[in-house]
Amino acid sequence: MRPLPELTPENTVFWTGGAEGRLMIAFCTDCAHAIHPPQLVCPKCWSEAVEFKAVPGTGTVYTCTVNHQPWMPDMPVPFALAVVDLDGAPGVRVTAEVVNADPDSVAIGQTMKVGFLNIDDVWFPRWEPAQ
Amino acid sequence: MTLNAAITGVGMSDIGRKTNRPAILHLAEAARRALDSAGLTKDDIDGISTYPGKADNSPGMSPLGTGEVRNALGLKTRWHSAVPDGPSQMAPIQVAAMAVATGQARHVLCFRALTESSSQTATRRASIPGAGRARLGGWYSYLVPANAMSASNWAGWMATRYFHEYGMTREHLGLVATGQRAFAQHNPAAVMRTPLTMEDYLGARMISSPLGLFDCDVPIDGACVVIVSAADAAKDCAQAPLTIEAMGAALGSQETWDQRADLTTMGAHDACADLWTRTDLKPADVDVLALYDGFSIFVPYWLEAFGFCGHGEAKDFIAEGNIGPGGRFPVNTGGGQLSGGRLHGFGLLHEACTQLWGQGGGRQVADARVAACGMGGGFIAGSMLIRRD
Repeated sequence: MRPLPELTPENTVFWTGGAEGRLMIAFCTDCAHAIHPPQLVCPKCWSEAVEFKAVPGTGTVYTCTVNHQPWMPDMPVPFALAVVDLDGAPGVRVTAEVVNADPDSVAIGQTMKVGFLNIDDVWFPRWEPAQ
Repeated sequence: MTLNAAITGVGMSDIGRKTNRPAILHLAEAARRALDSAGLTKDDIDGISTYPGKADNSPGMSPLGTGEVRNALGLKTRWHSAVPDGPSQMAPIQVAAMAVATGQARHVLCFRALTESSSQTATRRASIPGAGRARLGGWYSYLVPANAMSASNWAGWMATRYFHEYGMTREHLGLVATGQRAFAQHNPAAVMRTPLTMEDYLGARMISSPLGLFDCDVPIDGACVVIVSAADAAKDCAQAPLTIEAMGAALGSQETWDQRADLTTMGAHDACADLWTRTDLKPADVDVLALYDGFSIFVPYWLEAFGFCGHGEAKDFIAEGNIGPGGRFPVNTGGGQLSGGRLHGFGLLHEACTQLWGQGGGRQVADARVAACGMGGGFIAGSMLIRRD
């Protein structure tokens, strides 16, 4: 069983946007800075006018790795992890669990799209090749 | 520029795998050896410092804080500190140096104790943060729930990007692993001393691509103590004081493993750039290197961060034989954590001091006088230059 994130005032919108199929990213409404992981205060200008906006849910693989080691007894391996540069949120990356792809086929520069896995009150973003 | 602080003694317990020996016995052994090394007694110690403090965020990661050690060893101190959020596992050394330089204490016992080997079981792996807990907070919570649970994953994706941009291959990292194993054969305290060939390295199972088994350091049980003394007090010690020439702790990016704009660099690059602003020494003045090798890929990052070679040049620097036995810039001469065991940087500093005191035996670097030490990986970084005058 994977550990779940604790839902906080900072991150609840991020972790629950998937209920409506949306990837929600925090933005500063004063300076337009995209903030990830989400914060209550803009790290760039210290404004508290932070609001979440839906982004397209697509992105490009900046880097990746294939995990072969089962870190927990019930962990199926191998699987791919990617760090994805998000479309619509300049400078923001997410660590991405990759599904529906041969792990060894995941490569830098590949375009990805998001989907969601619901466990309890959390909607995990998961990523698969866009084509 | 020089701090009015010096390393005067080091001690390491008989480290091992599955020792099933309580952490405090490892610690007491390391402390006795450090006091012997410095020519001090228990009553001379008036400060204590550690990273991160007692913590159970992964099994055996930090069984002892300053409280446990003060109580067990009966220390009366003028100053104590545990630093979980400082510049890497080096933080307790850096704050101890500042404490003695400002007169808060004269001789500080800095320690690191781990029982990660004995604490591992079939369901509890070392260095897996939060495993088994219901909910995670902080930066872990954006990585671990995505199944990016291990630092090998985070280091693995750094390596993938670095390989992609600069043409490094697994053979280059194999030279790091096999070179450090060659050093370890001359270090009776290292946990892995059998010869390691490139064929062994390349044939080992993958952990998180492109990192395989021998790119990962070895969980152990053990403790290491480093005594940091005020410059005037250091003159009374048994060995030549190792003056702390400069330290670096800068960090210009977020505290997490995926957001730094250029993941072919890491916190080390910030910490080293800051260090060089505080000294007239140059990389060419360095004789021996202690570079954090929780994963082999951190070694080329640290080489470039310190400026021993340019960005993207570490693969050639390594292939030219600079860092192994007989090289111009020997790295981790005790075998490092890859072959010596994971003491979270303290073991690397212990070895650098051993070299500067000329006690390296069959692995001694001739007339080593200046050591560069870098601890940490990813956003975690602290750097230091020490010298024997």
